[in-house]
Amino acid sequence: MISSQTQSTQSGTTLDSGKARQARITGAILLALACLVLFVFGMDASGDATFRLSRPTDPWAVPNLVVPAGPFNYIAGAILAFLGVRQFLQGGVRWTSLSLGLGLAILVMAFLVWATAGKAFSLTGMLQATMVRAVPIALGGLAGVLCERVAVVNIAIEGMLLAGAFTGALIGSLLGGWGGLAAAVVVGGAFGFILAALVVTYRMDQIIAGVVINLFVLGLTSYVSSQVFSEYRHLNNAPVFRAFKIPLLGDIPVIGPMLFKQNLFVYGALILVAISTYYLFFTRNGLRARAVGEHPEAADTLGINVYRTRYIHVTLGGMVAGFGGAWFTLGSVGRFDENMTGGRGFIGLAAMIFGRWHPVGALAAALVFGFADSLQQKLALLRTPIPSEFLAMSPYIATIIVVAGFIGKAQPPAADGKPYVKE
Amino acid sequence: MSKTLNDKIDAAAETLLNRTSRGREDFETLVVVPIFAVIVALILGALIMLATNVDLATIGKSYVALAHGSVGSLSAISETLTAAIPLVLAGLGLALGFRAGLFNIGAEGQLLLGGMAAVVAGFMLDGLPWVVHLPIALLAGALVGALYASIAGWLKAATGAHEVISTIMLNLISFRLLDYFLRQPFIQKEGRADPISKSVPDSAELPRLLDWIDPNLRVHAGLFLMLAAVAFVYWILFRSKIGFAFRASGENLHAARYAGMHSSFIIIAAMATAGALAGLAGASQVLGVLDRATPGFSAGIGFDAIAVALMGRSHPLGVLLAGLLFGALEAGGRQMQVDAGVSIDLISIIQALIIVFIAAPLLVKAIFPWGFRSDSQAKGGAK
Repeated sequence: MISSQTQSTQSGTTLDSGKARQARITGAILLALACLVLFVFGMDASGDATFRLSRPTDPWAVPNLVVPAGPFNYIAGAILAFLGVRQFLQGGVRWTSLSLGLGLAILVMAFLVWATAGKAFSLTGMLQATMVRAVPIALGGLAGVLCERVAVVNIAIEGMLLAGAFTGALIGSLLGGWGGLAAAVVVGGAFGFILAALVVTYRMDQIIAGVVINLFVLGLTSYVSSQVFSEYRHLNNAPVFRAFKIPLLGDIPVIGPMLFKQNLFVYGALILVAISTYYLFFTRNGLRARAVGEHPEAADTLGINVYRTRYIHVTLGGMVAGFGGAWFTLGSVGRFDENMTGGRGFIGLAAMIFGRWHPVGALAAALVFGFADSLQQKLALLRTPIPSEFLAMSPYIATIIVVAGFIGKAQPPAADGKPYVKE
Repeated sequence: MSKTLNDKIDAAAETLLNRTSRGREDFETLVVVPIFAVIVALILGALIMLATNVDLATIGKSYVALAHGSVGSLSAISETLTAAIPLVLAGLGLALGFRAGLFNIGAEGQLLLGGMAAVVAGFMLDGLPWVVHLPIALLAGALVGALYASIAGWLKAATGAHEVISTIMLNLISFRLLDYFLRQPFIQKEGRADPISKSVPDSAELPRLLDWIDPNLRVHAGLFLMLAAVAFVYWILFRSKIGFAFRASGENLHAARYAGMHSSFIIIAAMATAGALAGLAGASQVLGVLDRATPGFSAGIGFDAIAVALMGRSHPLGVLLAGLLFGALEAGGRQMQVDAGVSIDLISIIQALIIVFIAAPLLVKAIFPWGFRSDSQAKGGAK
């Protein structure tokens, strides 16, 4: 809050014109989306789109949601056009981010209705998959929040996820699932500690340190998997944590399968987000950590050990990322493949920015990405005319739009990325 | 008015130039630290091999193969140079970006799409004489690379989106784009079901330089392109006005803006130049070595180039040397895999370790206190 005030006093007029321009760009994007929805999704859609909300075997069955595709998309296009025009009018500036978010949500709905027109589609199944796919992104984002709140930029989340996945598979094969999970957390924490050592003690550039850890982990895990796993296959065959249903809650239609019929990692991610929100914003140590991220000199003057705080939180962030990494092996397939995280750590980083450096925000953003991810999987079944490569790109394009569209509003911790040298 | 301003800028350029010219740079950080870094990385690499059950004899054999495969024979040197060409080209682009304060991770994607464009220009314009055809194909690669990179530049300039995230996303998008293009009928090779492009005709290929000695020597005319690019980037960075603007905004964006420089233009121009060089790297790879585009033909060159630029301390000559070193590691690593059966992935571990030690001089000085003159300088040397 304070930092945004000082910034706006520094460059008041340029900021305003920048905001106005951003509003206009958003308006143009929204109008383009309106055209897309009206002329492609609206014209082309015929029949009803049927969304299945529950399976017949569920204790409380819910009737299917049937939407007439054409009219729905014309209405959606009209709303998008309204939002877009509004951006060009006076006062649209204040609603830029909200309009963009709303517009993208409407776009996704219109797209879904268009793709399922004349067919049936299990919405609950997709939401369940959304939750599962959001887990590594949410945990990556949470790791990012913990690090950046103490002003350490952590590009190495990708590497930490990969290290967690690898360790989970290796130790999980030797000692069983829980041993693998514990080891993944420890190794993630170790890389967090290494990152802290490089950037805090040895004052290496934070982005370079992150890139190097990514390179190193990718090299090491690929090396071991081609050198060792190819020969000793039993070392890469870990047990998988299965989904279990929480009694009663798991029977609630739609929400039940999404939240309460999942595996350990989904529950773990939700609990960790809750704990870290409480820790960062409602405890004394959390306040101190945030002080280190906003103004390390002031924090130091008040007797907070800046170096130690950074070490602790970056290590904790690494542990969270290690837990998230274990999802790839212990939470899904039980086997490690080279570079199996495939950029999820970077998407987690984007989720953190989208979520405005807040654990709950990061989780919400991760759900958006998880949704895009699972949407792409399910759409392959619906056989849309869009090439699968473009669907696969959609989460990345969404990330770019999000980072470009929301960055103006979001304020990173003031000292983010800057090394602190004690006087 | 503008004349005095120009004079002022020239004077400022002069001082900045003096500060960054090689003579003034610390001998320790330029020579001693890299040597120590390579040695420590090789030792740690050996320890990693030991930890993965490779016996001592094989470790010795693999390092002998590493040396032999990189500089041990004419064909080894040819392989080293061949591997170095795209690394140096893309590394130069990244170094230029670093100087301008842009951390461009997107070389991989720019390289892929640039290479793709060069291939398309290659087979579409079949029949042209090579004096026209080859430059067009190279130019197509550079242009597409520049355009793709300027998306990230424009996003940063217009909206403030951080280039690290946007270039990573553009990389991931480019992989899918390449997959898509390679399935299109006018690009895909006739009669093939797998994603592979048509071949580049001879008139668009970078000619091999040493095939009169042995047709298997792969080093190609991209070597001259690489040397020309080193000179060009040196000129841009240290002798041209725009290069001064790049470096000034890299040092202090606010100061550069107050001095009347257009920060948005500088960001986009720097990204575009970096992208052009990365695209050129892709073009030289397909026109000189691969002959066609396949999924993932970049083979991580764009990521290795980040390491090359860092190791070369974002100086064109440093990038050249670092690129040659990494090319040697690449070529030697292949030999190592053949001779000693040690996976080539070990090379990326060694490369990462080299960068750790180079980017954190304090760490090297902590490990080897006797290699350095005094401790007082170490405090100032931190980045």
